[in-house]
Amino acid sequence: MDKISGIWVYLAASPLLWLLLTLVVYLAGQWLFRRSGGQPLFNPVALAIMLLVTVLLLTGTPYATYFAGAQFIHFLLGPATVALAIPLYQHRARVRQLLLPISVGLIAGSITAILSAMSVAWLLGGSRPTLLSLAPKSVTTPVAMGIAEKIGGLPSLTAVMVILTGVVGAVAAPTLLGWLRIRDEAVQGLAIGVAAHGIGTARALQISGLAGAFAGLAIGLNALLTAVLAPLIVQWLHLTP
Amino acid sequence: MIGALAVLLAFQLVGEILVQISGLPAPGPVIGMVLLLLVIYGHGALPDALRTTAETLLSHLSLLFIPAGVGIIQHGARLAGEWLAIAVALIVSTLITVAVTALVMQAIIRRQPGARRDG
Repeated sequence: MDKISGIWVYLAASPLLWLLLTLVVYLAGQWLFRRSGGQPLFNPVALAIMLLVTVLLLTGTPYATYFAGAQFIHFLLGPATVALAIPLYQHRARVRQLLLPISVGLIAGSITAILSAMSVAWLLGGSRPTLLSLAPKSVTTPVAMGIAEKIGGLPSLTAVMVILTGVVGAVAAPTLLGWLRIRDEAVQGLAIGVAAHGIGTARALQISGLAGAFAGLAIGLNALLTAVLAPLIVQWLHLTP
Repeated sequence: MIGALAVLLAFQLVGEILVQISGLPAPGPVIGMVLLLLVIYGHGALPDALRTTAETLLSHLSLLFIPAGVGIIQHGARLAGEWLAIAVALIVSTLITVAVTALVMQAIIRRQPGARRDG
């Protein structure tokens, strides 16, 4: 028994265990998602996060210890963002053809995302730090954290809001777009990307390469736009300290 | 594969440096993406190794968000206190954003002469 707990103490503190566990839990989430016949509610990211949170709580492992291992996966967000240039290049003709609809849709979506998140939370009695952490929730994680810091939100809380937003978008957006009779995959992709960044893009890539390319385009452009708009909107609403 | 990964990291690095120098509001990787797009465009062809590496990485994009998502564990108290405001705000705002973006974009495509409606 002493020996086993000794091994656990060693492993629990090493990056190896948490890195491996993240990969295994992701594979399990994907397996469940496929087994469910692609049921949107069985979102692999949401399943994986819930499982990992349960394990950390049961074993009393601090997030910092977990992240020491998981950071190797987190780091790949950077090169993956750069890699979005490839689907964009492959669909350059369609992007050029739709330059105006893309620009206007993007601006409308970006403003809607910031204003609607803050106003709904405000109506339901959300606190100021929560409102400010929600403002950049539709933007990809690293940028959203930077924006939150700039406008007085809590960057680590924003990271969580961003992920939850992505899961909501990935789960619900395809159904919603179906109800709205939006069949153009370029439009589907852009809408999912603006609202639900990379997790939405992962879902859009399952629709088609074209939808994925437009979602990827939306991540980059919405990151730029929200970085400019969020501080202005916060100032306009007199929410700055 | 390794060469392609090095290319992606190199563009990210250049992006990060440019952001540090210029104080642009955008993150380094997004600038790196724009630069890589311009370079492939100028080059006129997409190398196979770069394409396959990018496709592999992007097919597992959702995995990369898990470590940050587990950070939810640090915010138990705030989430317990404000869970309703946060949950409703996230769901309503995300759905409205999807709808507004799609409907606005679709409306403008329909006004564009010669643009295809579907596909």
